[in-house]
Amino acid sequence: MLPEFGHFALILALLLAALQAFFGIAGPALRRDRWIAAVIPAVTGQAVMVATAVACLIAAFVGFDFSVAYVAQNSNTSLPLFYRVAALWGAHEGSLLLWIMLLALWSVAVAIGARNLPRHFGARVLGVLGVVSFGFLLFTLATSNPFLRLDPAAADGNDLNPILQDPGLVVHPPILYTGYVGFAVAFAFAGAAMLEGRLDQHWARWTRPWTTAAWCFLSCGIALGSFWAYYELGWGGFWFWDPVENSSFMPWLVGTALVHSLAATDKRGLFKSWTLLLAILAFSFSMLGTFLVRSGVLVSVHSFAADPARGIFILAFLILMVGGSLALYAWRAPLLKSSAGFELGARESFLLFNNVLLVIAAATVFAGTLAPLISDSLKLGTLSVGPPYFNPTFMVSMLPLLALLSVGIHANWKRGRLEDSQRTLLYTFVVAAVLGCGLAFGVYSHGKVLTPVAATLGFWIVLSSLVDPIDRWRRGMSVSRAVLGMTVAHIGLATAVIGLTTVQSFTVEEDLALSAGGTANVGGYEFRFLGVKPVDGPNYSAVGGTVVVTQHGAPVGVFEPQKRQYWVKHTVKSETAIKIHHGSNILLALGDDLGGGRWSVRVQIRPLVSFVWLAALIMAIGGALAASDRRYRTARVTSEGSEGLSARQAG
Amino acid sequence: MNRFLLPLGVFVLLAAVLAIGIKHSPDKGIIASPLLGKPAPQFALPNLTDPAHVVRSSDLKGRWYLFNVWGTWCGECRAEHDMLLQVHQAAVVPLIGLDWKDDDAQALAWLQQLGNPYESVAADRAGRTAIDWGVYGAPETFLVNPQGVVVYKHVGALTYQTWTREILPRVSRTTPAGS
Amino acid sequence: MKRLRTVVAVGVMLAALGAGEAVWAVDTTKLPDPALQERYSVLTHELRCMQCQNESLADSPVDLAADLRREVRDQLLAGKSDDDVRAWMAARYGDFILFRPRYSWRNAWLWGAPGALLLLGALVAWRIVRQRSTLLATDYEPIEEDGHS
Repeated sequence: MLPEFGHFALILALLLAALQAFFGIAGPALRRDRWIAAVIPAVTGQAVMVATAVACLIAAFVGFDFSVAYVAQNSNTSLPLFYRVAALWGAHEGSLLLWIMLLALWSVAVAIGARNLPRHFGARVLGVLGVVSFGFLLFTLATSNPFLRLDPAAADGNDLNPILQDPGLVVHPPILYTGYVGFAVAFAFAGAAMLEGRLDQHWARWTRPWTTAAWCFLSCGIALGSFWAYYELGWGGFWFWDPVENSSFMPWLVGTALVHSLAATDKRGLFKSWTLLLAILAFSFSMLGTFLVRSGVLVSVHSFAADPARGIFILAFLILMVGGSLALYAWRAPLLKSSAGFELGARESFLLFNNVLLVIAAATVFAGTLAPLISDSLKLGTLSVGPPYFNPTFMVSMLPLLALLSVGIHANWKRGRLEDSQRTLLYTFVVAAVLGCGLAFGVYSHGKVLTPVAATLGFWIVLSSLVDPIDRWRRGMSVSRAVLGMTVAHIGLATAVIGLTTVQSFTVEEDLALSAGGTANVGGYEFRFLGVKPVDGPNYSAVGGTVVVTQHGAPVGVFEPQKRQYWVKHTVKSETAIKIHHGSNILLALGDDLGGGRWSVRVQIRPLVSFVWLAALIMAIGGALAASDRRYRTARVTSEGSEGLSARQAG
Repeated sequence: MNRFLLPLGVFVLLAAVLAIGIKHSPDKGIIASPLLGKPAPQFALPNLTDPAHVVRSSDLKGRWYLFNVWGTWCGECRAEHDMLLQVHQAAVVPLIGLDWKDDDAQALAWLQQLGNPYESVAADRAGRTAIDWGVYGAPETFLVNPQGVVVYKHVGALTYQTWTREILPRVSRTTPAGS
Repeated sequence: MKRLRTVVAVGVMLAALGAGEAVWAVDTTKLPDPALQERYSVLTHELRCMQCQNESLADSPVDLAADLRREVRDQLLAGKSDDDVRAWMAARYGDFILFRPRYSWRNAWLWGAPGALLLLGALVAWRIVRQRSTLLATDYEPIEEDGHS
């Protein structure tokens, strides 16, 4: 019964989304107040229906209802409760439901925030969100229904993929999707502006906190995915430039550019058409990512089951949404002009450089990700693109960006007045260089050429970012949340740079063949292998090894890597033992039984790798601070349904 | 020309590429073989059923043959075996088997139990020959022409469709009397 | 009826070998010369495991990967260059086995993209800055003194 109820709820949600879209867009266009008034109820109704559907599916999982095909494919009687709930988004159909639910939640949030927006504009924003909801709901119901029944019901389920049986599954997809979906809000704001035929500084001010919020979630989501891969898969990698990873990274790069472009539009009314385009593109990349992951056109460890039928549907949806909005853009954008001026050394310039470089980075990742597909489709042969391409090409645009950040942070709006900061620039650079080279050669050694360069750039960003806030604080001036947030976010970026530089340059990795009682020296640590013993878990049996690690005789820890065999799926999983010691991660993985009591063991020592994920957290905190600045909360429009706003509309 | 049309233009191109990509996607698992149109790799391996003799690629020149890579550890190979017996019975093209990284005793037992569709079977215990042929997942079947050039590769269990649509036409086009 | 994946033998092989398997190869191969060891490590990380989804030869636990790693080792010991090894692999498995796309005219668009885009970006930025600098003379709009936010 419950699954049918959930199915029905989903159908109702589809209808409500259609109404939301219709009333939201046609209402203001035809000036029907009754229609406009129906939008928020439609949003609420849709959210309630979607939540009901999700609840029904969760109930099916928790209650071991193996008559539901999706539950049978992704759960099992021996699966712990924790994972039975999280299994909801363990595969394609359920993850789509998660996407839809998060979209509904964002829509509700926007509906609440729409009190501060002009009525017509707010209705249009919700209308566009309704169109997106409708598309995803239709896709789900038509091709990926999670409520399909199995007849006869399965006796027991297939079990959740063991790789997914990890706390990471509980947090990574929801937070990642919140970010992905969050850019739909910026997209909706862009759509509303285009439908209205107007885009001004107020628009930018309204859009900023929503965009920044989505960006925060996406940053955390990507970092969680990387962190999870690192700990769960455990062979030291945390980023593989895999097509699915790239699908989340491209929206992030474009989103970062958008956050910065919005600043210029908000402050000076500049780059309007460009900001509009970025707002469209950020979500377009999200949707493109959805397509790439679920259509089977790309080879990836992450991709869901390939199904061309789904691929065709998503492509059609993509063409309508993205093509439609870009067509609208081509029509409306030429009207957006501004006569503001700025000089080469002004803040606006640096924001421009930021945008150019971030977009180039996104385009590069895009080219590399789609190259196999392009090459194949145009009959240029099969091509494969991996880290050896992405790593160097990404740095081509990123290194200049990092350097320009440290300079541009001191620039003022309109007239940069960088001459005033010459001494600051010099001092901060010198100190940064000392710190950078100290890290590269002093703490560690034998780095590559880029190591001191990148480390210096990282430290320079930290120092440069702190100059202004510290100066203000010393002079007794207040530091607004916006400035504080910006500072924190930039320091987060610097943390990532320093962490990545260190990890890439100074990781030590060795594969050893050890017999019981055998020892080895790797990277300044001593490893003593004590042998293996059988270990049993809730739904697996394992072989557990014990390794005692010391550093110059002082104990570091006892590591217990395992190789597990899961009963249901008969899959084997390696559990790496990971511990942190003085900022470095030590990883130990059990390899194969080499016979005669000897086992192969992989040892890795990765310095400062935690900085990479810490950085994302810091950046997200910075974003959250910035988004909660007072000026966004006091941006109210007093006149109802007014078409004309302040005199600050640029002509 | 409205430069704001540029993003739309780029998107249209992208959509076209993606659409072509979807059309091709059922073939996604199949990587086009670089051997097509090139001379078949040479090999000389012990004959599984007749260990005293060697199966040589040079001996096979001058006639069509199907080179089938299989192993007793491979489930799909078991599924394809009946089709191979049919091919053997049709007696149009001989099947030369490559027993890939397999146990000789098990392989012989397999052929004993299920029937032997092969004219001869080469035992590739080290896997070197399979690598030379660019094999990455059994079963795989190659069609080689009398000049020793690989003209077609089928990845996966050999199907009746492939036999009638891809292999027979190629063989009968140049040898109207069959083999 | 459960939905069928579009299965190809490779897909079945993957499932059989366990696309859900999370074991990695621990490759204890040691080459006598540290420089050779380094080249071995780089090459095995740059070559794709043809039976897996997006794994390198260095990391893949399947037999074929072990065979191909042995091949890389043998060739390096025999004095072949990195390019020789790559060419040997690509001759058998196609360019798909290379994670680093070849430097060829066919791939020029890919490798040249970042540089070309950088040039284009610099040009666009230059034009915009010039245009806005001239507009500065006629821009009398006051801005808030809060210089940095």
